[in-house]
Formats: sequence, structure tokens, C-alpha cells
Amino acid sequence: MSIDAQNEGRKGLLLVSPTFAYAILLLAAPLILVILFSFWTQDYLDLDTTPTLANYKEAWTAPLYRELMLRSLRISVLVTTVTVLSAFPVAYYVSFRVKERKALWLFLITAPFWTSYLLRVFLWKVILGYNGVFNSALLWAGIIDEPLQFILYNVNAVVITLAHAWAPFAILPIFVALEKIDRSLLEAAEDLGDGPVRRFFRITLPLAIPGVMAATLIVLIPTVGDFITPRLVGGTEGLMISNMIQVQFGKANNAPLGAALAVSSMFIVGGLSLLIFLASRRVGRVAED
Amino acid sequence: MAKRFKKLSWLQAYASVYMVFLYAPVVLLPIFAFNDSTVIAFPLSGFTTDWFASLRDNSALKSAVSNSLIVAITAAMISTILGAFAARAGVRYRFPAKRGIMGLILLPLVLPEIIIAVALLVMLMRLGLSLSLWTVIVGHVLVCVPFSMAVLNSAFSGLDQSLEEASFDLGETAWGTFRRVTFPLILPGVISSLLITFTISLDEFIIAFFLTGTDVTLPVYIWSQLRFPAKLPGVMALGTLLLLLTISLLVIAEFFRRRTAQRRGLDASTTEGLI
Repeated sequence: MSIDAQNEGRKGLLLVSPTFAYAILLLAAPLILVILFSFWTQDYLDLDTTPTLANYKEAWTAPLYRELMLRSLRISVLVTTVTVLSAFPVAYYVSFRVKERKALWLFLITAPFWTSYLLRVFLWKVILGYNGVFNSALLWAGIIDEPLQFILYNVNAVVITLAHAWAPFAILPIFVALEKIDRSLLEAAEDLGDGPVRRFFRITLPLAIPGVMAATLIVLIPTVGDFITPRLVGGTEGLMISNMIQVQFGKANNAPLGAALAVSSMFIVGGLSLLIFLASRRVGRVAED
Repeated sequence: MAKRFKKLSWLQAYASVYMVFLYAPVVLLPIFAFNDSTVIAFPLSGFTTDWFASLRDNSALKSAVSNSLIVAITAAMISTILGAFAARAGVRYRFPAKRGIMGLILLPLVLPEIIIAVALLVMLMRLGLSLSLWTVIVGHVLVCVPFSMAVLNSAFSGLDQSLEEASFDLGETAWGTFRRVTFPLILPGVISSLLITFTISLDEFIIAFFLTGTDVTLPVYIWSQLRFPAKLPGVMALGTLLLLLTISLLVIAEFFRRRTAQRRGLDASTTEGLI
């Protein structure tokens, strides 16, 4: 038995080794190198590899970086909240109300995601702009007298665009969690006298928490790293930390500082994700009791 | 009963509005691609196909398209092969540190692309390698492998092991068994994985932006065009063509994925493979 298990273990490792080697060499090694980099110094064209905390000191204390970091965090949390809250009813609708065409609905929800990301962001600029689709429609309908200006080149535009970009990533995990709910539990709650609202909050929502959590993390983590949306629709007050990381690796030619900013933002997002994970586990456990 | 009907219609109304929100940008793309004006705004002025015609003799665009095709085809093949190894190992065997190994391979799913891009860039700088299409391919493979694994996991877990055992018993070698038994059975999954990873690579911008050298890929080319208002209608036409291409590829991929699912008698409507 144990020889069999050993044999199986060896075969499995051998089979996974090409993919694992690729991930070690081209993912793990570069990530470790970024961390090393963040302790080095850029000296014009050369790198000074004496370890120093100067980059982190600058990243955490310089008002510009601190402001960008806090703003990125604020925008990401806002985007995630809006995306998940707006996605939940859609996931609920497809899981509980759609009877026969679930696959079609899921395909329709994911299809826009496969069109060029750059162009989707750009088209939101067209929709939200001064002469944009939204303003022209409101003007035409006589709801407003002159174009609204508070919807483009600010945080609102970033939130709308990203809520759109990440919609399928929020809907699908919630949908999967809702699909797993044993429908007889809902009937039982009803038989025991729970109204629809009570039933939703006591059965459906607690059981959907794993899906909501997955959606939250899937949207939150990449949002912090996006720099296209802030650049195209965010204006100056919508710029985020990733734009600064990009500048440090590009024009500013200070890769070590860029690395320190990248590591710091990953650290913050990682910590936040862990908090969300633990909190949702706790909510889940309370619901089980 | 009346109350229930009202609740249903509320949810339905919300879902419909949400779908309008999802499709608003996608619908605008072809509208502006056929609009006879250099300004991307309403009201529309007239119908034209000039923007599509202008794409035909644009040499920068042509080289961007061919670069993107080279990158996407290579990345799709490499990531499908690597995804197949990992999926097969994960479905079939228990081995030490399985969770850790799989976790590392799937890590790009939860890592912002800018981090992957920056990490690879730093390593290339350190090694003194110059940027080329190959560096873009390396990054794209990292992002594509988890998706390939998701598709191939279901193909491999639907595989009946006794078929392979029968083939061994009848004297086939390991390679012969793979070629004549295993591969034909997982073929729909392989095709679906190739199409999905091809599509992801074709559209990927952030990694390509950091790791591209003088040969730009299509999204990087589009990014450079977005700065020039006069170029925008052409970009809309290009986007429309890309939209048609990706949607048809995905419909084909979905078809093959469902065939894999049907072979193992599963409900094809689950989201397996899509996330």
C-alpha cells in the first residue's frame, strides 16, 4: 500500500513537474526578485545592491505615494462593494428564477467580457463624456438643460467602468454558491413559517457567503492593479497606485521604488483579503450555529 | 400569488437593466464603426464602410496583427500543453505538496497582471535579456495556464481509466495509449482550451505593454492609437472585427466544452471551465 502510494506520488510529481518548473522559474523567481529589488537603489543606469529600506520609507511616508495608496484602496473597496452588490440580484435571478435557459444567461453575462478590455474602457469614456451617449440621451429627453460634467474624469467614472469590467467575475462565483443551496431547506423554512424576507436573510444569504467572498476577492485584488481605467476615464483625481508603479518602471526609471510600491500595495491588498476571508468565515460559522 | 408575481417581475426588470448596462459599450462599437464622422459622439451622421477599408492598407496595423497572432498561437499551444500536464496530475494522482504546487500554478488568477508584468520585467532586466515577442509569450503563458487547467480538468476527470488499462493490457505502449486512446477522448477539451487561451492572449494588454519590445502586439497598437482622435473611427472598425472574431471563437469553444461535458453525462450548463 505505502509502496503504491509512494509510486503514485512520484508519478504525480513527475507529471506536474513541467508546469511546476515553469511556475517556479518564471513566476516564483521573478516575484522573489521584485522583493529583493525593492531593497536596492537605482543609481542612474546602475543598480546599487546594498540592502536599504529607503524605498519603503519613501513609499510609506512621501505624501504623494501615501495619498495614491489610500486612494487606490478607497476606490478598490468602493468598486468591489458596488460590483458585488449590483451583481448579487442578477446571480440570484439566474439561479432561482430562470428555469431552462441558465446556460444561455451565463453565456450572455460572460460574452461582453471577451471583447477588448481597452476598447470597453474607451467606450465608457464615449458613453460618459461631455457630448457622450448618456448626456445626449438626457438632453434629448429634456431631463437636463446642459450636459452633466461630474460623470467623467473622476472616481465615479472609474467605479462605473470597473463595475462593468468585473461583472462576470462577481456574478459567476455567487451564482455557483446559490446553485449549491439545497432547495428543500427553503421549503422547510417556509413550512416553519418564515416569510420570504426572513427566509432570504436566514437561509439564502448565509449559504451564499462563500460565493460572495470569492466574488469580493476576485474583484478587489486585480482592481488595485489596474492602470488602464484610471488613465482613460479617471482624470487626475482618479489616478491610482498602479499608474505610479508604471511611471516608476517607465519614465521615472526608478525600478526599485516601483518595486517597493508594488510590494507595499500587494501587502496591503493581501492583508485586506485575509481580513475579509476571516470575517466571512466567522459569519459563516455563526450562520451554521 | 399576486405578490409573488410582483417580486418576480422586480428581479426580472433589474436583470434586464443590468444586461443593458453590460451590453451598452459592446453595442456602441459597431455603431461608431459604421458612422460617417471622425467624431465619436451622437448624433450619428451617416453610414459608411470607409473605416473598414482604411484598415486594409495600414502596415503598422498589419504587423501588429501578425505579431499578436504569433504570440497568441504560441502562448495557446504552450499553455495548453502545460495545463494538460498539471490537470492530468491533479485529477489522477495524489502527490506530496499537491496543494502548494497547484496553488503556485493557479496564483496568476488572483495576482494583478501589473505585478506579473513588473516581476518578469525585473528578471529580464537582471538577466540582461532584451524585450521581444518571446517575453510577451512567457507572461501570457503564466496567465493562460490556469484557464487551460480549468477546461482540461473536466476533460480528464471524465476519462474512464479502464479504457487506458485495457489498452495497456492489449500491449500498447504508454505513448501508443496516449495517442490512440487518451488524446482522442480529451480532444474536445484540448480544442476548447486552445481557443480560450488564444482569446485571452489576443486581448491581453498590461503584460504586453510592459514586456513588448519594438514589435508591438495588437492591444498595444490600439493603446497607441487611442491618443489620436483622428484614428478613433478606424480603431472602432478594428474593434468590431475583433469582437466578431472572439465571439465566434468562444461559441466554438463553448460547443467543444459542452461536448466534453456531455461525454461524461454531465449537465453542460454548469460554469465549469468558464471560471
